[in-house]
Amino acid sequence: MSSAKSSLDLSLLPDGGVRWLDASGANSDIVISTRMRLARNVSGYAFTARAREGERLRMLAQVRDALPNVPTLRGSVLLRLDELSQNDRQLLHERHLVSKELAGLDAQNSVRSGAAVFLGDDAGLLVNEEDHLRLQALRSGFAVPAAFEAVQRLDRELGAHVPYSFHREFGFLTACPTNVGTGLRASVLIHLPGLVHTKEIKKVLTGLQQMGLTYRGLYGEGSEVVGNFFQLSNQTTLGRSEEDLQEHLVRVVRQLIEREEEARRILVRDAGYIIEDKLWRAYGTLRYARSLTFDEAMNFLSGVRLAVGLKLITGLSVYTLNKLLIFAQSAHLAHQEGRVLKDDDEANLVRAKYVRQALASEGGGHQ
Amino acid sequence: MLCENCNERDAVVESIKVLPTGVKHEHLCDKCAKAKGVETTITMQQHALGEMMQAVQQQASLVTADAASCGFCGATARDFRLTGRLGCAHCYEAMEHSLRELLRRLHGNSKHVGKRYIAPQVQMESKVDSLHDLEDRLRRAVESEQFELAAELRDRLRVIE
Repeated sequence: MSSAKSSLDLSLLPDGGVRWLDASGANSDIVISTRMRLARNVSGYAFTARAREGERLRMLAQVRDALPNVPTLRGSVLLRLDELSQNDRQLLHERHLVSKELAGLDAQNSVRSGAAVFLGDDAGLLVNEEDHLRLQALRSGFAVPAAFEAVQRLDRELGAHVPYSFHREFGFLTACPTNVGTGLRASVLIHLPGLVHTKEIKKVLTGLQQMGLTYRGLYGEGSEVVGNFFQLSNQTTLGRSEEDLQEHLVRVVRQLIEREEEARRILVRDAGYIIEDKLWRAYGTLRYARSLTFDEAMNFLSGVRLAVGLKLITGLSVYTLNKLLIFAQSAHLAHQEGRVLKDDDEANLVRAKYVRQALASEGGGHQ
Repeated sequence: MLCENCNERDAVVESIKVLPTGVKHEHLCDKCAKAKGVETTITMQQHALGEMMQAVQQQASLVTADAASCGFCGATARDFRLTGRLGCAHCYEAMEHSLRELLRRLHGNSKHVGKRYIAPQVQMESKVDSLHDLEDRLRRAVESEQFELAAELRDRLRVIE
């Protein structure tokens, strides 16, 4: 059922691992995706960073042996990160399928032996991350209950065959004390250009922190906010139930969507032609530029996304814009070109070409 | 390693001086380093969580209530200060008192109220696996200079072999 591949064949991944981009979920013009993850450790082994290679490999084998009893991962693909090239690991990270740590992309931490991921239709399982196991489910749009249901099912099935470390008082034990308890990180990737342009965002972000939520950039921990895309998640994991944590996120995100919609209405009302001009310029740049850095591409894409949301630009699908978000990154560009891109300058040329073609083939934009 | 100046406390800083006669390395504890004007916070690179833990311990004098090191993986409070990560599940018991305080500050609570869990009874591991596990634990104990733990693990290995 699962096979280790030494080089990455994307056709093996269920839906290429990007079904969460298809914009089929609720509020997908504002919420790109929802992600739920549970951190678990297998009892009997030191945590990953302190474990020796043999322990990591035996733990991986124990998990793999349990998989026939885990229906959620039936037919899943096993990828051994420690056997993949740097570009392939980065590609999986760009698709949000593995974390930066598991992919070994940090300058000081290269990929660990035993680092692996099982990718299934409904959920994925990261092995030998900071915690032995990270169970995750990604969904398109604003879909907290569906994503939670999938990850909880995987947790139930796997936990019945692989013994987790659990403490009466502290709950599920994790390598970092900030994840202990439920081990749950419930997050949404949300696009808030209206609140940024109306300069409300600072106030909103401070408010979020007071409500126990934290924000990060596109790629989670340590990543910068670019293109007005924010990843919001619960700050604490202990002392509240899983249901509580996700209901709280749902409530706050609902309010946030309303405030973003309100900000967009204000933008159009008070700065109609200025904003319209700005967004069409963003479209024009993406459509005709010959070189684009990643940050530039993200910022202009943010503008075009807003223009589509405001129905200023028609004929362009949110799905296309979501795909550009992922496919305009350097590992994806290299993969599409079938070669290593020698430096940022070359990546910028290839990126501009890719974006031009994607927008041209969609044929939207005319008014 | 003990401080080369006072020979009493653990050395936490390596001071490197370039002298006309060559390079001089000196391992110092926090206190002696401070006395000699060596900047310790930068050299030691404590993890933010580690700093928080230290503050918690100092306020509540919890250090004595905790074990000196984890009986399973050999990790110490110092390891946590440097990395901000626990070594294994048993560390939560070894450092229970300090951790409870730290968790209260991080989460506003130290008690899990979510899903309860009872681990399945996994069939007896094969003898070979547990042998490998013990060997790995022994190597780690030796590397981290946890000699009491190493001796205990060596005894257990002898019984299995």
